[in-house]
Amino acid sequence: MHKQALIPYLLLLGDSALIQGQRLCEWCGKAPALEEELALMNVGLDLVGQARNWLEYATELLDDGRDADALAFRRDERAFRNLLLVEQPNGDFAVTMLKQFLYDAWHHAVLEGLAASADERIAGIAAKGLKEVSYHLRRSGEWVQRLGDGTEESRRRMLDAIPVLWRFTVELTAANDHEVQLAQAGIAADPAHVARRWQATVSALFASVELPLPKAASHFYLDGRQGLHTEHLGLLLAEMQFLPRAYPDATW
Amino acid sequence: MYAQLVETGVKRLKTLEEMSPEERAFQEKIDAEIKIEAKNWMPDAYRQTLIRQISQHAHSEIVGMLPEGNWVTRAPSLKRKLQLMAKIQDEAGHGLYLYSAMETLGADRDEEIAKLHSGKAKYSSIFNYPTLTWADMGAVGWLVDGAAIVNQVVLQRTSYGPYSRAMIRICKEESFHQRQGYELLLTMMRHGTQAQKDMVQDAINRLWWPSLMMFGPSDEHSPNSAQSMAWKIKRQTNDELRQRFIDQTVPQLELLGCTAPDPALKWNEERGHYDFGEIQWDEFYEVIKGNGPCNQERLAKRRNAIEGGAWVREAAVAYARKQQNKNAA
Repeated sequence: MHKQALIPYLLLLGDSALIQGQRLCEWCGKAPALEEELALMNVGLDLVGQARNWLEYATELLDDGRDADALAFRRDERAFRNLLLVEQPNGDFAVTMLKQFLYDAWHHAVLEGLAASADERIAGIAAKGLKEVSYHLRRSGEWVQRLGDGTEESRRRMLDAIPVLWRFTVELTAANDHEVQLAQAGIAADPAHVARRWQATVSALFASVELPLPKAASHFYLDGRQGLHTEHLGLLLAEMQFLPRAYPDATW
Repeated sequence: MYAQLVETGVKRLKTLEEMSPEERAFQEKIDAEIKIEAKNWMPDAYRQTLIRQISQHAHSEIVGMLPEGNWVTRAPSLKRKLQLMAKIQDEAGHGLYLYSAMETLGADRDEEIAKLHSGKAKYSSIFNYPTLTWADMGAVGWLVDGAAIVNQVVLQRTSYGPYSRAMIRICKEESFHQRQGYELLLTMMRHGTQAQKDMVQDAINRLWWPSLMMFGPSDEHSPNSAQSMAWKIKRQTNDELRQRFIDQTVPQLELLGCTAPDPALKWNEERGHYDFGEIQWDEFYEVIKGNGPCNQERLAKRRNAIEGGAWVREAAVAYARKQQNKNAA
């Protein structure tokens, strides 16, 4: 029964979008230009909206009385399935933009695959999200180029950002058995295809501004798909979930 | 969000006879309700007053993102988070419209922003109050945006065309967010727990008076109003607008089942308006001078964002230049 296998996959998609959106919220009032305040919030808004769609579908399959808010605001970090990459701290604008780009390149390839999913619900959510993510990817890619080939300082910062984030990219080209099976059933995006697309997008953009492409990251103990996160996620959730946790009977 | 206490630099209104032919032609145009456009002749004091007012208005949009940004990471549901993010995004957009309108007058946005950061330029006093609970997000949407809308609706008819057109666009978006803010409070009051209801009343208690201060000093203490009114930059006095805001807000307050922290607030049948208590003007002037609860934090955050982001903007310029050179080659 692929419905049960589908739940962790929907959580991977929903939680990743939600956590990335949450990180973008942290930029409010701190962006390097007004246009960027607007753009960062715009991208964050898209992602939280997509997260809500995925989480709502997950709650229907879970069918345990929880709604999307319960999934977002009442799960502990061990139950979150987001990519490790998106929970990383914002750092400076170079870290934020490189993180966004590495995620967008994956996200775009995944949604492209999902737009053709045999599961109509998934295909619908993905088709809508794909339009948004095409914009995200163009924007973040342009920033990686601007910073990578801007001034000496911006290039140094972009070079510094690469090793901070690169080891977490292993999750963007890997998949677990469930995902492979879901892909074979025509429901999930084909992980091998996603990996190829991601590598092609990233290497082409890095080459365009002569950023050194590190060798493929290798697997290590942590694994977002299994809820084995970095220490950053717990703090992020403490802030994000504070109100629903403190007022469990409240209606917002 | 809007501008309070804008200097016109004019001590006394000139009569038509005292005006130069250019000034007289300008004033006649104003009197005939013809909009002034960027390329038209205008008195220097009109230009400078508008630059001050529009930039103050733009700065208010930008500083106004901070009290809400304070809660965007802690919004209690996905729906509320999305609403708040959309609102903050719109505010950044409003700031951009307004800086553009201001630039039609020959001012430079970076220079005006530098004046904000050095404390020379002002922004709305309301954003110097802290947002302490989630209910503040509703109260800011309802009261603060409500007060801003009362001001801005009138500014849609302001005499300077680009400012007037910016106001028309901004009012549409602002009204939507104001209703959302009110709905947020209504949800907490109608479906919430006692703790939530207390939170709403507490937010109103803290933000009520500061919202009334958004209309600026009382008419008897507004030396700049006469000239702004004669130029039709302002269309109604501070006290008129404040009264309108109170008259329209008290029924909404009652619908919420909340009270105002003003024992003198009472319907006056004879006037056909609500009477209300005296505003703490000392507090207003202290906040405007920079001594409010969050003035330092707000300015420090804006300064850090712009100064800390200089390398990003420099990179963008350097990259654009390189691309241009490549294309030229």
